[in-house]
Amino acid sequence: MRLVRLLLKTLLKGPVTLAPPPADADSLAQLAQGLAARSRAVLGRSLAIRALDAGSCNGCELELQAVGGPVYDLERYGLKFVASPRHADVLLVTGPVTRNMALAARRTFEAMAAPKWVVAVGDCARDGGCFAGSYAVMNGVQEILPVDLVIPGCPPEPQKLLAALLALLETVA
Amino acid sequence: MLGNTTLTEFLDGLRTVPQHRPWPRHLLDERGWMDLIHQLAESDWTLLGLWADGGEVHAALRDEEDGAVAVASLSCPERKFPSLSGVRPGAIRLERALRDLWGLTPVGLTDPRPWLDHGRWPLSRPLALPRGPAPETPVDYPFLPVEGEALHIIPVGPVHAGIIEPGHFRFTCSGESVVRLEARLGYAHKGVEELMAGKPLAEAAKLAARLSGDSTVAYSLAFARAVEAATASEAPPRAHWLRALMAELERIANHLLDVGGVCNDAAFAVMLAHCTTLREAVLQANAACFGHRLLMDRIQPGGVTHDLTREGGATLRTLCATLAQRFNILVDIYDDLPSLQDRTVGTGIVRPALARRFGAGGFVGRASMQGGDARKAAAYPPYDELEFAVPTQPLGDVNARIWQRIEELRESLSLVNQLMDGMPGGPLMRPIPTRGGEGMALVEGFRGEILLWLRLSEAGKVVRCHPRDPSWFQWPLLEAAIEGNIVADFPLCNKSFNCSYSGVDL
Repeated sequence: MRLVRLLLKTLLKGPVTLAPPPADADSLAQLAQGLAARSRAVLGRSLAIRALDAGSCNGCELELQAVGGPVYDLERYGLKFVASPRHADVLLVTGPVTRNMALAARRTFEAMAAPKWVVAVGDCARDGGCFAGSYAVMNGVQEILPVDLVIPGCPPEPQKLLAALLALLETVA
Repeated sequence: MLGNTTLTEFLDGLRTVPQHRPWPRHLLDERGWMDLIHQLAESDWTLLGLWADGGEVHAALRDEEDGAVAVASLSCPERKFPSLSGVRPGAIRLERALRDLWGLTPVGLTDPRPWLDHGRWPLSRPLALPRGPAPETPVDYPFLPVEGEALHIIPVGPVHAGIIEPGHFRFTCSGESVVRLEARLGYAHKGVEELMAGKPLAEAAKLAARLSGDSTVAYSLAFARAVEAATASEAPPRAHWLRALMAELERIANHLLDVGGVCNDAAFAVMLAHCTTLREAVLQANAACFGHRLLMDRIQPGGVTHDLTREGGATLRTLCATLAQRFNILVDIYDDLPSLQDRTVGTGIVRPALARRFGAGGFVGRASMQGGDARKAAAYPPYDELEFAVPTQPLGDVNARIWQRIEELRESLSLVNQLMDGMPGGPLMRPIPTRGGEGMALVEGFRGEILLWLRLSEAGKVVRCHPRDPSWFQWPLLEAAIEGNIVADFPLCNKSFNCSYSGVDL
């Protein structure tokens, strides 16, 4: 009964979802250099995203989870997180890429079908962040994979993540 | 010496290190260390941490009878020390990590396998002097053998299906039932301890804040308190209260996500959607009040960086009122749904005796009758002036760990209100004097008690910093909890533990 009441109330109140941010201009500029319009027709307006933690502190994961939640609602744009790299168009990597994760990260990328894109999320994924120079990390995703887009921040806020991913959608799909 | 000796009595008369605060550090010789091991077999003292610094091994202990805390140190000129793992199984992984990073051999440790070192670094023994050479091939890691008929193995990870941290789980199953689970971690090892060495306080504080992103407030607090202890300085009163406010907001946000997450893993997604929405309200209030959604870097040695304005206070009061009311509705729904409780009740049981043996704290320990909480035991300010209960549950199953969080969350809401009511005025920061020393802090993060120990040089730089995450003593219990459960209940169990990977991988 209580559950039914909650569901009704939620329905009547309307969505908690925030209005979409405009596609991020910086990201658009970054993407314009590398991607052109090479597969718009193939993908339609939809991208499947595989998130990969390559040794982050878990801060970026928290904000990625938020992006997938009801307030930011990534799926309304045709973007969705998928469980397998086999289903994914985009590999979204967090963390500085630890040496202990480098092989698994490479294999995850190799398991994806082309065309595929790599997005480095967070300051660590960009260049190692505050972990750069450690014996145990690779100093960023570009050291092991071809990166198409960097979303900086520590961690990047959900609106920033959304704006950047929308730019990716506009450019490639 | 055995019998009812207290920790203080046991260490009485031993040489004490002068610049170690706030708890004493005693120097033991090898014989004293062996006596300690024999005494640990008889006593109920909790092993709080075990780490190395140069050629010395340190063990932090707490006598639960009288709450006394002390560090026992052993110099290891031959680069070996008698293992504590036989009397404190929580030491097993700590000693394996210590061997990997420092090249010190725990004599008597029965598990010869490396832990953090996967054989993929360009060196070995990164914290030892001199360091070791790079291995020729990666470690061929043998999992523990499981014998029996018709067993099958399910390897999972380090890359997982969800948006979570990396780790490998090896399930050996008989039909649907898990016969043995073994975790292999270390994938998130970033070499934080080595990075911190030689760093000025500001840079080391940044690293401490990124040991485990969901506990950034707790780690920053632990780091700040350890620095303040080492330099015999103290943050101003208002800073203490603002720190506690941030710590409770962090606890609330994490518990919300966990309650929703466990229900989601039992396919009850509505709960996660609502909990996420409530959590988002907390994070937005964090950003509005303190300028960062996760409150990263807001706590620094000496105080805090951001003050709470009048509007900020009003925001938090409104937040707490609506949160309490809306969370109660969700709790009632959980309590009302037999189909959901069918998954959580009796699943993933941790027996109180086992939780005790491993010294597990946090919601994992407290859901199995362990009453420890650093906010009470270490009673750091301002918690000594606040009223709150430390609830426990008797049954130790997934359901108990959900209720534990529910009750802790309610205590935290009450604490936030008390903190707003009693917040003193005054400055936010007091400069840290430039001097050397050793400091230790015990801080209650949302997962449990964090220990952070550090040694500062006379120039005020970090010489050595060791953070010990609460999950060190909780991860091994997950392996016990899942035994005999079905594979499909692993996500439930795992989420109900929500152990940190980054925090223990260092």
